[in-house]
Amino acid sequence: MSLTLLSWSVFLAQIFLGLAMVFAACRVLTGPRAQDRVLALDTLYVNAAIMLLTFGIRTGETLYFEASLIIALLGFVSTAALSKFLMRGEVIE
Amino acid sequence: MSHAADLPAWVAVITALFVLLGAALAMIGSFGLLRLGSFYERMHAPTLGTTLGIGSVLIASMLCFSVLQTRFVLHELLIAVFMVITTPITLTLLARAALYRDRIEGRDEVPLPPPPPECREDAAREAGSDGDSPRSITPSRQPDDRS
Repeated sequence: MSLTLLSWSVFLAQIFLGLAMVFAACRVLTGPRAQDRVLALDTLYVNAAIMLLTFGIRTGETLYFEASLIIALLGFVSTAALSKFLMRGEVIE
Repeated sequence: MSHAADLPAWVAVITALFVLLGAALAMIGSFGLLRLGSFYERMHAPTLGTTLGIGSVLIASMLCFSVLQTRFVLHELLIAVFMVITTPITLTLLARAALYRDRIEGRDEVPLPPPPPECREDAAREAGSDGDSPRSITPSRQPDDRS
């Protein structure tokens, strides 16, 4: 019983997260200005991290946790660098 | 997912609830990102997913792996601490960049920057004498006097 409950709820959660990634990708494509696209890219990174965590719960392996951590790290670095670029026109000055 | 057959029922129920809650919050946040009108409104929506959404999924993952391996598996706290620290930093940087760009382009919907202190004294004196507004002093709408 716990098997069916957990597998169906994780499946539903992955559908939700896939929809969330589609919404964020739509905003990346249609965002009127550059800062909208950067914000949507940050959201896309966070949704991908959550998606990998749900894959980890589904398979019972801790390997996905490390991938999720790396995605969160890369999301932070890329958003900070893109914000710096929008602000100053250069990343490293 | 044959490992889930070893889980007790209450752990499965709590894990399922937290996973669904986190995914639904992330989806609502991304939907708000798609639907809201201006950039400054849009900035509020995805924080729902980055704080409570990923937090709920991390709680579910911690509980599931702790029961499966019969020891405390707490390395998910690393992601939680990291997200809590980095989300305000990135969004503040992004908001300041967007505000700077809007002010440079002279858009009307953003508030004007506060004038520097010596200008503020001059503006107060001016406002006292002939009623001129201190809002007229902006770096973006004045000719640059450095050149």
